[in-house]
Amino acid sequence: MIDFLFNTTLGFFILTLLKAFALLVPLLMCVAYLTYAERKVLGAMQMRKGPNVVGPFGLFQPFADAIKMLMKETIIPSGANPVLFLLAPMLTFGLAMIAWAVIPVNDGWAIADINVGVLYLFAISSLGVYGVIISGWASNSKYPFLGALRSAAQMVSYEVSMGFVMVCVLLCVGSLNLNKIVMAQQTIWFCIPLFPMFVIFFISTLAETNRAPFDIPEGESEIVAGFFLEYSAMAFALFFLGEYANMILMASMTTILFLGGWLPPFGIPTPSWMGPIWFILKDCVVLFFFLWTRATFPRYRYDQLMRLGWKVFLPFSLFYLVLVAGVLLAFGWLPHAA
Amino acid sequence: MIAALAFYLFAAILIGSAVMVVTARNPVHSVLFLILGFFNAAALFLLAGAEFLAMILVIVYVGAVAVLFLFVVMMLDINFAQMREGFQRYAPVGATVGAMLLLELGIVLGGWKFAPDAANFRFAPRIAELENTAHLGQLLYTDYILLFQLSGLVLLVAMIGAIVLTLRDRGPSRRQIIARQIARKASETMVMVDAPIGTGVGAADYLHPIPEAAEKPDTHEHAHAGHGGH
Repeated sequence: MIDFLFNTTLGFFILTLLKAFALLVPLLMCVAYLTYAERKVLGAMQMRKGPNVVGPFGLFQPFADAIKMLMKETIIPSGANPVLFLLAPMLTFGLAMIAWAVIPVNDGWAIADINVGVLYLFAISSLGVYGVIISGWASNSKYPFLGALRSAAQMVSYEVSMGFVMVCVLLCVGSLNLNKIVMAQQTIWFCIPLFPMFVIFFISTLAETNRAPFDIPEGESEIVAGFFLEYSAMAFALFFLGEYANMILMASMTTILFLGGWLPPFGIPTPSWMGPIWFILKDCVVLFFFLWTRATFPRYRYDQLMRLGWKVFLPFSLFYLVLVAGVLLAFGWLPHAA
Repeated sequence: MIAALAFYLFAAILIGSAVMVVTARNPVHSVLFLILGFFNAAALFLLAGAEFLAMILVIVYVGAVAVLFLFVVMMLDINFAQMREGFQRYAPVGATVGAMLLLELGIVLGGWKFAPDAANFRFAPRIAELENTAHLGQLLYTDYILLFQLSGLVLLVAMIGAIVLTLRDRGPSRRQIIARQIARKASETMVMVDAPIGTGVGAADYLHPIPEAAEKPDTHEHAHAGHGGH
């Protein structure tokens, strides 16, 4: 059996499928409970109780929501382009899932341990904008279209500084492989020497996932719900799940790039099976910051958002990139100095 | 076997979507097919073992260029009849360009087919043990640094050109100057008014002092920070 799984082509396919299931099922559970955690955290911060009726402490609330979504009717507006209208949520959800193929939750525990892991993640996250644009256009309605345009501009702007931040990390590692990036942080996590980049990266991920205070593509008070205004039932649920899966993905990226992935803090010697637990704990901390930010800051205005992206983050990350490269070169710390 | 199947699958989708780009009636569909085409080209790169190029193709073309394309095409109000009008006139030009590209591809393929040893005389020798990202970097930043920097300069000029063409002064718009907003104090922006019982306050009380910025917009840059007293 082991031989079949590891040494034949068909076995390899089956093994990969099994791995994908082993990753996606807990991931979807996490997504479900992230929505619950968000409502609980927001509730606590606003001195409310949050969901507390369905099940003990409201723990079954996500399932109740999911069942409700499934029972509703999928409405396709008569003026919409039906193919693209339905393609958009699938695209958003699918992209949020396939990015997980390269995320290592423990040493070598990625489904695909590829050489260009960071670039793959960057590519997939830059595609997220298509779900939004296509849904906005296919809905054939004013507010979704406005939301789509806003998000296109926003996501493209913040990708630039995110790219520079990643390049900084790559310079320190000397590889694009995610496994190697984590292993390079054994002495010190990158969030300490690259602290400003860490902050910029975190804020850019907020913008990239359309979370508050950068949620202008949704902007309830201005354009109702933005790009997914016309969606209902499962199509809406896919957008919703995609957004939260993206949040977890971004948190994992932050963990891998800056918080030492599965490595224990302060070099505490722990058995290697603890790796995923550290990883999840770090993810939870980053996600808590996501929720905290949402409860704390008011939404940016469009021009302020553009100013922050282009006039503050871009020059600063460029400057810091040159600084990091200079320091590495001057002290002979460059990895791969061949 | 699987690699060959994957190649034919991606190549077929690539050609199919390329045809759809030029024949689709709706320009937005054209751009979406273009994106599908990019994707399949990236997949072909992957099959050829050029993972860096594949990812860069997706990041740059699909993630940035095509987004802006889509952005523009969605905003434009395109008249289809007018667009089709020039088809006959421009067809020879397009056919010529296409034929030239085909010829070039044929030459490359022919060289590869009939003189396999020619690969050894390439300008860029292949370093076998390096993965291809590091490989590209080592060539690009050493042997080809001049060309690399020149192409960077060309892009810089294009960028400056685009900014110069689109930047215009929109007259008296109220720009938000964040540094000034942060620097100002409560005493500069607020006036405490004693409101007498029974009479209240009139405009003369709370608009005092009247902000200078409202009268002379451009002369006093620091007169009264922002537009206090509204």
